[in-house]
Amino acid sequence: MPRWVWPWLLLLPTFLAIGAVAFWPILEGLRLSLTNTSLITRQSDFVGLENYTGLLSDARFWNAWGHTVWFTFASTLLETLIGLGMALVLYERFACRGLVRAAMLVPWAMPTVVTSKMFGWLFDGQNGVVNWLLMNLGIIDAKINWYGNPDTALTTLIIADVWKTAPFMALLLLTGLQTIPKSLTEAARMDGARGWTVFWSIRLPLLMPTLLIAGLFRALDAFRVFDLVYVLTGGGPADSTETLSTLAYKELFSTLEFGYGSTVSTAMFITEAILAAILCLWLVRTIRRVS
Amino acid sequence: MTRSAMSAATTTSALPGKGFLRRALLYAGALMILLWSASPFVWQFATSFQLDKALTSGTPVLIPDPFTWEHYYNVFVEKQLHLYVLNSLIVSLATTFLCLAIGSLAAFALSRLDIRGRYGILMVILSVSMFPQITLVGPLYIVASALQLLDTSTALILVYIALVLPLVTWVMYGYFETLPREIDEAARMDGLHAIGIYWFIILPMSLPSLVTTGLLAFITAWNEFLFALAFTSNIDHQTIPVGIANFTNLYFVPWGDIAAASAIVTAPLILLVLVFQRHIIEGLTQGGIKE
Repeated sequence: MPRWVWPWLLLLPTFLAIGAVAFWPILEGLRLSLTNTSLITRQSDFVGLENYTGLLSDARFWNAWGHTVWFTFASTLLETLIGLGMALVLYERFACRGLVRAAMLVPWAMPTVVTSKMFGWLFDGQNGVVNWLLMNLGIIDAKINWYGNPDTALTTLIIADVWKTAPFMALLLLTGLQTIPKSLTEAARMDGARGWTVFWSIRLPLLMPTLLIAGLFRALDAFRVFDLVYVLTGGGPADSTETLSTLAYKELFSTLEFGYGSTVSTAMFITEAILAAILCLWLVRTIRRVS
Repeated sequence: MTRSAMSAATTTSALPGKGFLRRALLYAGALMILLWSASPFVWQFATSFQLDKALTSGTPVLIPDPFTWEHYYNVFVEKQLHLYVLNSLIVSLATTFLCLAIGSLAAFALSRLDIRGRYGILMVILSVSMFPQITLVGPLYIVASALQLLDTSTALILVYIALVLPLVTWVMYGYFETLPREIDEAARMDGLHAIGIYWFIILPMSLPSLVTTGLLAFITAWNEFLFALAFTSNIDHQTIPVGIANFTNLYFVPWGDIAAASAIVTAPLILLVLVFQRHIIEGLTQGGIKE
């Protein structure tokens, strides 16, 4: 066998796996989104862009779109800021640092379904410990029905997501911080720079590429949020936490409308791809400017 | 030089309390991170040993009084959690080993063999990890249904392989890149073939990395929810996340039972993570950022 065949042969199983389970379904989803496929009526006819025009005038879609964008924005921003704060603490030397760092992996390793149920209990409107604490600290007067009330349900989900992801974000940022040469910050301190100045003019600019990449991946991940929402609120109450993933799932598996369901999920894929492309371009430009 | 050194010396000596305040703030920050990461799970753990009556009494307590195994009895005897655990173990272990085999071959080809478009291929593989999984689930459900693979572990394993491969390939690639190339040059001189280099040289050197990468793959498969929810409909093949998500009683939410099940499925992960924490952080940052 010629030498050039070998690498491709070794890559073949990988290509087969991601081709069949990732790339083909995207194309097939695109095709289904142009049909009126339904697993109930057993029909599957080509209908052109009908589903997409329907989507654009579907209030449920825009409702879910708004929630998803807000969830992505708010959780990514909070996770990055809190993660940065945690990373700066972790960078310093203190007793039991290893223990703290290990504990930070707990929220990340825990199944999201468990996180969801756990927050369901912590934020339970009747017997949840969060309400009890807030009442006893005098912060609130009456119990809040956190995820049972349309006004606070999405916020509760954001809190749960931030809890789960911020520590991991911190660990990623910490490795970024550790690559900044100590000599730089020490030289600045020798020249009389204070803590804040060192942070703003040396650490933050040098950390920027790591911060942006971590934020980018976090945003792409938050955009497709499913487990957390599906288990804690199921999209409710009154559709106040419906996200694109949960809406698509319901279209696919509750009403078995695979045509329209595929339209929702394909629209999501396209949005995510555009989002990724824009963020990547911006990332490349910013990194170039920084370095 | 002497002047700046002197000014640094004067700032520290002029403010004797500043060092102490700094330490105090640092420890306060570390304590907050520890509380953030560990307290929700500790609370869940404490909940799992309390009677339902105590949980709804209005005053939450941390130390169970009276202590009870009731919820653990419920989850194993009534809810048959061990069956879900078994299903999850089968799926996660199979995914882990197949992924390590397929992914390490791909990573070896990309890192060690002569191949055109190496970085392009790496980017394509990475991009798969950004696909919204809801876009894949519809078409794959139809295929699985046509192949009579619904309600089987096989379907879940096949899907999980592709979902976990990007992570495994990237982390293994990152590790292989750190191994000195002189070693395989020497082996090639001795007449060893590419496959021989992979099997006799590279793999034995990569055992630590295989363990961590395997752990990451295992955790991802163990925690996966969306496909397990869509593809399985009975206890013979449902995995733990689906089982826990379906934990509801007719008239009330069984928070105690949920807490017990959460503790059972999360405790092993936490132990693994604590043991391997340093390697996990290294592995993940080496292979880019995922989740």
